[in-house]
Amino acid sequence: MVDVRRLGRRPGPARYSAVALLRHGVTDRAWEPAWRTPELRRRYDVVIVGGGVHGLATAYYLARNHGITDVAVLDKGYLGGGGSGRNTAILRSNYLTPEGVRFYDRSLELYRGLATELNFNVMFSRKGHLTLAHSDASLRTMRWRAEVNKVCGVESDVIGPSDIKRLVPHMDITDEARYPILGALYHPPGGIIRHDAVVWGYARAADSLGVHLHQDTEVTGIDVSAGRVTGVRTTRGDIAAPIVVNATAGWATLVADMAGVRLPVQTFPLQAAVTEPVKPFLRTVVVSGTLHVYVSQTARGELVFGASVDPFASYSTRGSLEFTEGLAAHVLALMPALAKLRLLRQWAGLCDMTPDFAPIMGPTGVDGFLVDVGWGTYGFKAGPVAGETMAECVATGRTPDLISAFGLDRFSQGRLVGEKGAAAVGH
Amino acid sequence: MILLPCPWCGPRDAEEFGYVGEMRARPDPVTTTMKEWRDYLYLRRNVAGWTTERWYHQMGCRRYLLVDRDTTTNEVRSAVSGPDRQKS
Repeated sequence: MVDVRRLGRRPGPARYSAVALLRHGVTDRAWEPAWRTPELRRRYDVVIVGGGVHGLATAYYLARNHGITDVAVLDKGYLGGGGSGRNTAILRSNYLTPEGVRFYDRSLELYRGLATELNFNVMFSRKGHLTLAHSDASLRTMRWRAEVNKVCGVESDVIGPSDIKRLVPHMDITDEARYPILGALYHPPGGIIRHDAVVWGYARAADSLGVHLHQDTEVTGIDVSAGRVTGVRTTRGDIAAPIVVNATAGWATLVADMAGVRLPVQTFPLQAAVTEPVKPFLRTVVVSGTLHVYVSQTARGELVFGASVDPFASYSTRGSLEFTEGLAAHVLALMPALAKLRLLRQWAGLCDMTPDFAPIMGPTGVDGFLVDVGWGTYGFKAGPVAGETMAECVATGRTPDLISAFGLDRFSQGRLVGEKGAAAVGH
Repeated sequence: MILLPCPWCGPRDAEEFGYVGEMRARPDPVTTTMKEWRDYLYLRRNVAGWTTERWYHQMGCRRYLLVDRDTTTNEVRSAVSGPDRQKS
């Protein structure tokens, strides 16, 4: 394995440390940019379309684990401007299928060591994660998930209302609540992280290993010849490449169409909102599938609310009043004490939904054209493991066991993965 | 608020409607191959721009209609009644 700290010194910026912070503080010296702005070459070994956490992590692990550094990451906007900067930054691995649990647990493991590995403070806060059950049916699913989780070695258990009250004193656990709380799936290793920092950390580390990051570079076409990908066309000129990876989430079908590959993906917006900051009072992440809402408190004290996807497919990221009203009502049903809090802002991100709520990873019918898409509402928490496994896929030409269940061919063969019970709140 | 011009009820809030999805042809279940059928089940064009799709006015006249909508802006150009489900 490559020693990233030594490589990190080469072309990239100096290491971040308390001493460096002090030195910059007393000398008033400007910080170097965290990554370079290189010239766009006419050829790369690997072109990754999409500069979010998935694309950047894939580039980073290609360089770090496999020594493949002739890699370009292209983004039509700025790095982390899509789903990576619009999610609600929640991490967890308490999924429903063994495939999902193993996969996300590896992601959580990578996230835990990420700050040290990337020399970037990604602010992972292991707060614990509560998924509330308001009905016998959801309690049954929680029990199912807990048992699958335990078999896979993931800390996860069903707890009752009194234990929930101990963890979240502001929660209304009385029978008078509109949706009384019967229990919850408690997942202590879950938590939140600073999502922008994850993007910047991967970008800086990939850049220091020699990867080229190109922002404002939109892919407008993909060249395929005799069933093999040969390169991409961009708004800044053509690039030859034997391998092209599509990591464009909500825009995944548009990019795949350029290569003549059809994906079973539909794009739905997902809206979220954040309140003004208040003193820390909410220790854990709280999720309610019945109420279509998840709540967590950031390190700054703001409450972040997320919801399920909008009821119809769209590429528009404009928010709606209906959403805000519904979200506020649902949050107050859980925690009535928040009635006086004001919302600061709301936004939407695009989710690439698949029919079975599991991702689509690996080869397509076109040689050299790989996809890392179909992430739906849970792409951010998969970033590191998706990068690691996609890098392995690119470097070795083989599909790693961890993602073998997520191939595109599962739809034509009828082998769906069925992660809906644990992947989304809106069902 | 997004208004859908229901041909029966006039412009109504999109919240009143159920989203059925983009128009696609259903293959004949008797003669279709497994591949065609699964493509029909799972593949969508997922257009970024103008597309024709089916909606259901579940909190109004409870009829199906066809809507032209720009998926990048949610602008709606026209809607016509689409009573025959088999045509979708």
